[in-house]
Amino acid sequence: MSDEPKERAELQSDVRKNPRRIAFITRRTSPQVRTQDDARVMTYPTALLKFIVVLQVAFLALVWWSLTVNAPLEGIADPMHTPNPAKAPWYFLGLQDLLHYFPPMVAGVLIPGLVVAALIVIPYFNINIEGRSIWAKPAHRPWVMAAVPLFTVLIFLLFAIPQFTHGDGALPAVDRFLDLFVPIVPTLLVGGALLLSSRYSPQSPKPFQRWLAGKPLSFWIMTWFMVELIVLTAVGTFFRGPGWSWVLPWRSY
Amino acid sequence: MTIKTGFERIRNSALWRSIFRSGEGSSNLHRAQAVQQNLLLHLFSVKIRSRALEFKPTWFLGALTLSTFFILVVTGILLMFYYHPSVPQAYADMKDLQFVVASGVFLRNLHRWAAHAMVFLAFAHMFKVFYRGAYRPPRQFNWVIGVFLLLLTLLLSYTGYLLPWDQLSYWAVTVGSNIAKAVPLMGDKMRFLLLGGHEVNANALLRFYVLHCVILPLAAVALIGVHFWRIRKDGGLYVPEKKS
Repeated sequence: MSDEPKERAELQSDVRKNPRRIAFITRRTSPQVRTQDDARVMTYPTALLKFIVVLQVAFLALVWWSLTVNAPLEGIADPMHTPNPAKAPWYFLGLQDLLHYFPPMVAGVLIPGLVVAALIVIPYFNINIEGRSIWAKPAHRPWVMAAVPLFTVLIFLLFAIPQFTHGDGALPAVDRFLDLFVPIVPTLLVGGALLLSSRYSPQSPKPFQRWLAGKPLSFWIMTWFMVELIVLTAVGTFFRGPGWSWVLPWRSY
Repeated sequence: MTIKTGFERIRNSALWRSIFRSGEGSSNLHRAQAVQQNLLLHLFSVKIRSRALEFKPTWFLGALTLSTFFILVVTGILLMFYYHPSVPQAYADMKDLQFVVASGVFLRNLHRWAAHAMVFLAFAHMFKVFYRGAYRPPRQFNWVIGVFLLLLTLLLSYTGYLLPWDQLSYWAVTVGSNIAKAVPLMGDKMRFLLLGGHEVNANALLRFYVLHCVILPLAAVALIGVHFWRIRKDGGLYVPEKKS
């Protein structure tokens, strides 16, 4: 007879790394793991029916939209007559707004190229695999606190430098002021929320605070990108008029 | 004879069985065969987690994007019956859709708004997938296919933008194609290849038409097929584990 105990219990404290489970393995038996058994339904007809419902909802919404709003149609294309402003389709207006700030090489090629490359590599760089909060390691705290203002200043300079170098003297002061400060708004919003989240505890009783405090770095980067995309697209679509000057969408120009 | 027995008789007929193989009956075996023996449906597994079909994990954004694509294919084919990709006939066709073709305005509206909706939904789908972490291993490659599908969606919308040949479409495409000039070394060559000339003209219209109606949709259908097939190969739609 050996001295080994008949059973052995093991307990890990890090639930994320090792799901908490106690295994009693008796001699001459093998451990058996019960996998999580989710309820399953048949693809045909349950899932297919659900898709058809979704399809019909989309169809009905679009039919209603098509009956109420007509697609725009202007005069026949005339290469001799350039409209002012000449705008790209709405989903490219964020890019077109960047073209107002940066040379085409940067705004039209470098930035979109980097965005597409970044999107493609996301799943290959252990990004957010564990979904660990950006505040999870206390040692990282000062770095994060310093990085946010630095990044904000960097973005501000990025948009400000072209203003002072090629100086669009023709634009009025209000336009130059807005050109300078509007592109920084998304960075301020998301950076502010990031710094705010440092004050909340992941165990906070308030759901929103708990939610914000648990967000990983990748969440903050993607959210910054999304807000920047929305703001630039909205600016290009609604707030840009002749000569790419600032206009109010409800005023005709 | 009730409707039900009528259907059963049809499903038991030699013709029906020669097409769909499985006869009458609604057992799980019959339902599994309905998926396995169908060219389109066999991309999917026979069974699916019921939690993956709920609203919360996906908001049905992928299904909605696919729905807009279906609507675009159908309305697009109908529009092709009334359209000539030549200058200035293309613009005259727009006017015909407006004043001559029955429901022509509605048809064009539906195609255009569905296109805008698809661009928006594809972006929304991407962000939703990111935020719930559904791109993580083993689903990395399907995310990459998704990025290419987003680019295809943008290209489809952009090439379609020129086809009405009005001021809006002409100058929007001019602005967009000027960006291509900035690409180092081969920018001008790329723009020439895309437009079939140095200007947006009749050649560009024809090229955009072929891209919009043939090349890009075929590429999209192929990638959509792979995108759906990979869902199955990567273990079904991602649903987070239940918290106990």
